Amino acid sequence: MPTAAEWEVLALSLKVALWALAVSLPAAIAVAYVLARHRFPGVTLFDAVVHLPLVLPPVVVGFALLVLFGRNGPVGRLLEPLGIVFAFRWTGAALAASIMGFPLLVRAIRLAIESLDPRLERAARTLGAGPWRVFFTVTLPLAVPGIVTGALLGFARCLGEFGATITFVSNIPGETQTLPLAIYTATQVPGGDAQALRLAIFSVAISLAALALSEWLVRRSRRASLHA
Amino acid sequence: MLDVDIRLSRGRFGLEASFAADAPIVALFGRSGSGKSTVVDAIAGLVRPATGRIVVAGRTLFDTARGINLPPEQRRVGYVFQDGLLFPHLTVRANLAYGARLSVPGEPVVDRARVIALLGLEDLLERRPATLSGGERQRVAIGRALLASPRVLLMDEPLASLDGPRKAEILSYVELLRDEWRLPIVYVSHAIEEVTRLADHLVLLAGGKVAAQGPMSEIMRRRDLAPLTGRFEAGSVIEARVIAQDEAFGLATLAFDGGRLVVPNVDALPGEPIRVRIRARDVALATQPPARASFQNVLAGTVRSIGAEFGALVEVEVAVGGITVVARVTRKAVADLGLEPGRAAYALVKAVSIDRHAVGYA
Repeated sequence: MPTAAEWEVLALSLKVALWALAVSLPAAIAVAYVLARHRFPGVTLFDAVVHLPLVLPPVVVGFALLVLFGRNGPVGRLLEPLGIVFAFRWTGAALAASIMGFPLLVRAIRLAIESLDPRLERAARTLGAGPWRVFFTVTLPLAVPGIVTGALLGFARCLGEFGATITFVSNIPGETQTLPLAIYTATQVPGGDAQALRLAIFSVAISLAALALSEWLVRRSRRASLHA
Repeated sequence: MLDVDIRLSRGRFGLEASFAADAPIVALFGRSGSGKSTVVDAIAGLVRPATGRIVVAGRTLFDTARGINLPPEQRRVGYVFQDGLLFPHLTVRANLAYGARLSVPGEPVVDRARVIALLGLEDLLERRPATLSGGERQRVAIGRALLASPRVLLMDEPLASLDGPRKAEILSYVELLRDEWRLPIVYVSHAIEEVTRLADHLVLLAGGKVAAQGPMSEIMRRRDLAPLTGRFEAGSVIEARVIAQDEAFGLATLAFDGGRLVVPNVDALPGEPIRVRIRARDVALATQPPARASFQNVLAGTVRSIGAEFGALVEVEVAVGGITVVARVTRKAVADLGLEPGRAAYALVKAVSIDRHAVGYA
């Protein structure tokens, strides 16, 4: 069983990863839909920007966040009077995680939308549904398996995020020290291997649980669309 | 009720279609790639023509000159797609309700119970599309389109993915719609049997252009169109009315403008209008009525024209009363009998050549 200190790390990690996922999922669905269904000038550039966090070194992403969202960064300065602070807070860890997980979400959801028969959406239009209604009643429900898969990938990425987090919000126990950071810290202490191993096992357990949950959700949505 | 005049180009494909029709069922007929599906997509608003005009039942749906382009959801067209395109994540009940919930208040609403009864959907309501047979799927698709209270029903090859018996079943539902609902139907097909059975007005498309259009029986008679239509087989279409049923022999007697026809296996009551297609190759010619022969139908008429073909076979048009029967005979027979325009001739039609598929309920 986890100790109180370990619980703190686990709870913080889950909080950061779930918030990161919750905030980035709607945006990822919107971006995936646009990339899957629309052709416009600059689409290639847009696609490249979305995928940037996947190919950049995480430390570079963290550094960019620090420059933009830090206390003295151009965005950070704007947000601070509104009470929104990212620097050295768990919210910053969530922001870093959501940006690192974003391309994975978009890729999986985009594939799911692209594999839908676009004529189903057209059929819905002829039945009197406007574009928004078509999106929420046809496109989105049919993309659920892809969205669940994407959410799992994104969640796993958020949970494992290290480089961007430590660069942007540092390694503050109880505030920004998520599981990977705690494991890293343990390995830096003489005799901390046992602690690192315990945390690693919790990490594996959370990942397996997430995998099982997403598998169950995908099966349920498939079954729902095949049988009464 | 239907007035279409559109031009568009997509890559190397250009479409230039202009036709007007006021008939219960308008058929767009042509080979695949002739542009017929693009025309219905344009009527539905799924494809935007470069220029032109589309008017359905007095309502302008599209007009570049006046800057009108209604989105599909405002066009009030029911679209039955080739493979049904039911929403796989919804039950039949929810599929049927999809368009119904969105119909505009204040307009006549289609009676849901009547649609379900008419199409025999009661037992399917809780099923999912994946568990339905092809014919059931098309029936649900037709019901779904009807329940959106459309002003015109577009059917794009609705039978293409069905087998023989299911085809016949859906065909009779389409006839039922036309008679019960009085809903104009635009029917797209590349199958001549479907078109001759259903259509009143035929628009023949080839290579993105309208090759011919007009009342179905007129177009069917035109020999010059045969090369355009591929499997299109010359023949004549006769509008007739059942006057008697001979139960003992299983034969029906039909009256038409020009005489009577005896036809087997017609499942219709006396008085019902009916449409019969007679293929040119099933008609023989004689200069006097045969004394004793198995031909049930001996139609007296006058030779109208003789085809100018150079091969062994020619097509001869014989005017029988107000209609024209086309016969495909050997050129030798024409010479032997001394047939020429204006001469009296008898068209001989075996009753068995008029099979179930050649008879439709007009």
